[in-house]
Amino acid sequence: MPRVGLFIPCYIDQMYPDVGFATVEVLERLGITVEFPEAQTCCGQPMANTGCTEAAAPLARRFVEIFEPYDAVVCPSGSCVAMVRAHYHEYFHHDLRYDALRPKVFELCEYLVDVLKVDKLPVRFPHKVGLHQSCHGLRELRLGSSSETIVAPFNKAKQLLELIDGLELVEPARPDECCGFGGTFAVSEEAVSCLMGHDRIADHLQAGAEVMTATDMSCLMHLDGLIRRDKRPLRCMHIAELLAGRPV
Amino acid sequence: MASSRDAILATVRAAKVPQAARPEPFRTGIRYADPLKQFGESLAAVGGKMIVAPNAESARAQLLENPLLVPGKKTCSLLPEIIAPTFSLDDVADPHDVEDVWLAVLPGEFAVAENAAVWFLGRRLKHRVVPFITQHLVLVVPRDQVVNNMHEAYDRLKFGTVEFGVFLSGPSKTADIEQSLVIGAHGARSPSGVMLG
Amino acid sequence: MTGHPTRAAEFIALPQRAAWHDQSLWFVRAKRDKAAKAIPEWESLRDAAAAIKAHTVANLADYLEEFERNAKKLGAVVHWARDAAEHNAIVLKILSDHNVKRVVKSKSMLTEECHLNPHLEAAGIEVVDTDLGERIVQLANERPSHIVLPCIHKKKEEIGELFHEHLGTDAGASDPQYLTEAARGHLRDRFLKADAGLTGVNFAIAETGGFVVCTNEGNADLGVSLPPIHIACMGIEKLIPKASDLGVFLRLLARSATGQAITTYSSHFHGPRAGCELHIVLVDNGRSTVLGQDDFRRSLNCIRCGACMNTCPVYRRSGGHSYNATVPGPIGSILEPARDPAKHASLPHACSLCGSCSDVCPVKINIHEQLLIWRRELVKKGLLPLTKRWAMSIGSAVFQRPWLYKMAGGMGRLALKLLPRFLVYSRLNPWGKQRELPTPPKQSFRDQYKARHGK
Repeated sequence: MPRVGLFIPCYIDQMYPDVGFATVEVLERLGITVEFPEAQTCCGQPMANTGCTEAAAPLARRFVEIFEPYDAVVCPSGSCVAMVRAHYHEYFHHDLRYDALRPKVFELCEYLVDVLKVDKLPVRFPHKVGLHQSCHGLRELRLGSSSETIVAPFNKAKQLLELIDGLELVEPARPDECCGFGGTFAVSEEAVSCLMGHDRIADHLQAGAEVMTATDMSCLMHLDGLIRRDKRPLRCMHIAELLAGRPV
Repeated sequence: MASSRDAILATVRAAKVPQAARPEPFRTGIRYADPLKQFGESLAAVGGKMIVAPNAESARAQLLENPLLVPGKKTCSLLPEIIAPTFSLDDVADPHDVEDVWLAVLPGEFAVAENAAVWFLGRRLKHRVVPFITQHLVLVVPRDQVVNNMHEAYDRLKFGTVEFGVFLSGPSKTADIEQSLVIGAHGARSPSGVMLG
Repeated sequence: MTGHPTRAAEFIALPQRAAWHDQSLWFVRAKRDKAAKAIPEWESLRDAAAAIKAHTVANLADYLEEFERNAKKLGAVVHWARDAAEHNAIVLKILSDHNVKRVVKSKSMLTEECHLNPHLEAAGIEVVDTDLGERIVQLANERPSHIVLPCIHKKKEEIGELFHEHLGTDAGASDPQYLTEAARGHLRDRFLKADAGLTGVNFAIAETGGFVVCTNEGNADLGVSLPPIHIACMGIEKLIPKASDLGVFLRLLARSATGQAITTYSSHFHGPRAGCELHIVLVDNGRSTVLGQDDFRRSLNCIRCGACMNTCPVYRRSGGHSYNATVPGPIGSILEPARDPAKHASLPHACSLCGSCSDVCPVKINIHEQLLIWRRELVKKGLLPLTKRWAMSIGSAVFQRPWLYKMAGGMGRLALKLLPRFLVYSRLNPWGKQRELPTPPKQSFRDQYKARHGK
């Protein structure tokens, strides 16, 4: 039995605990026992993305110390996994401990598809769903093929959503445009950020979506904030919640 | 003081860029079952028109179906058997004097299927401005001279002497005003590709 | 933060402007996608282009010397300029020596970068930008807002007014066909009167000493085929080793830029016209410095196709002028801070790090990664606002101490719940201007997890 460590991003821990529990349920249903190491806090992405690498470095080191005992680390966020996998190099030049941990850190969907080879899900979700392709998962982890690249199309999140009974995927006109969250960008470039978000919401609504889902709760936090302010008829749910069979 | 040339080269050398091997020549360019047909489609897509003609008379007849190419207006032609010139370019001293050319009929060396480009050599003309300044342009290419893609095109080209050459693909155009495509920005408004033979 | 966010907000505040601008450029991106998809070998072409560029910059000094040698052999005069001032002085001297009064210029981002036009105009020389879009912004006394589509920010009605004022077109006329025809007539007159023609360079070939200029309008060819002097200005990064490399780059350039298979005119210049002069000005202006920087060297791969602008969700919604830079958009946000970090400190942050630019780039520049590295450089140079740096230091201190993080998280959630709305959604909270904050749960994940697992 592999020892799987659960990596719950700080904002999910504080604001969206059910996304964490949905992740646990999906994995447990597939026979995986997970452990939540309590010492974890934040991977350091907000600091790194602001250029404050000195503030990020100790968090990166903590992360490796906390998670290195595990055979696999699973996280319901493409962005946080991308931080560890694509941006930790800077803090660990030829560090054997990091090099050993790096390939064992997975975003939830890729763990389900690539490692557990999930081909059925015993859940039902009879709704029209638009998949918002969170950028870091898409273009840094390659959870799917991006619309810019000319390769055979694939998409791990979609592959899983298609296993859900009753779920109808709708296609926005722009398949993978950014929602405009972007961490501190959401605040420092408020006008552009909100316009980007409004445009994504409009696109999913015109496609007929009742629920918008994503591999990153941060995108959804931003989108949901706009949706609730404008009272649009759209719900935001993390993909773990759909995979766990949560109702709307 | 070192010259700017030496200063720039010294800074560039001092940058100590890690060595990177020169990649193998690109050999996997797209190929088409019927390059001539593809050339015609590519040319149509950029606002031009391909005419396939077994001989000069046929080419002439097909070209004259276009009322814009009526004979009589000032014409520069290197293919008199298709359309006769109305003046001799070699007698023109100043290129500014060809400003009022209406039609130019010029030989292209070969054509490229993937993008409707025709390779034209400036040395064919005393004044290379002709294909750019004329209102209408006809490029005549032997029909067996069509390559698939730009890699094959450059395989055919040799540089090293004083020379001007240009790939011409369709009519002059612009979309600078609100992305509206307008044919005839500065140069030829209607290039036709005649594939002869 | 001032700078880009302020100018972006102003652009967005114009009625319908941002949505229209976004749609126009998305249309170009969609055309690019279609053109790229027609080429099954697209990704290997990108790899080849990046590899050729990597090899070229590793041997740039040798290739520059080879190019100079061959260009001279063909009869061109080769000049070297360390910076913008020297470039402008060289061009002015060539023109003055020949008593040139009127110059026609085709698109050259380098001369924009060097601010050549005002320099020549101050010396009494008339400079006419002959690319339609560039002519429009020149008449409007603006700078291009996009490197390939210089007046993409302008509505046809505005252009109609401008032409009415300067070219005498009918008042109120805004039909693109009509306006383009008017510009054709106006510019043809300038072509015929020009004493010299100036162009940029898309690619210079070391092996042959020649160079290639790409346009759709034919303005470069008209501009240099009539007057006796052709001056071509190029950055030293425009070199490629061999003519056969052009196959790779010309296939990528127009498809990436506008979705065309190739530009209408791809002109190959080898030596001057008979009886005429050809001058080539090689310009450094900071490029050799970037060459020495491992993190930013790949930005020199740029072939100025503009695809990163067309795909950038921020650029599309904020307009090129919001970058206040010669080269706007993602690639500009790398190139411009390299020249003046303090002036352009907001640009690396004008990015949501979505990575679309890196995926669309035909020469595989890791644009979004370089923007991230630039943010680090800005911190090192003390150019990130102190408040942000403090916030990040405090955040880090909290996250390093799980007990403190737990406490802070709990307090935050409680505060969100208890504070009156007017305090949470005050002007100090940009998040709340158009967005609700999430509804805080009673307990964090870790608290509930602990309770459930009975630890």
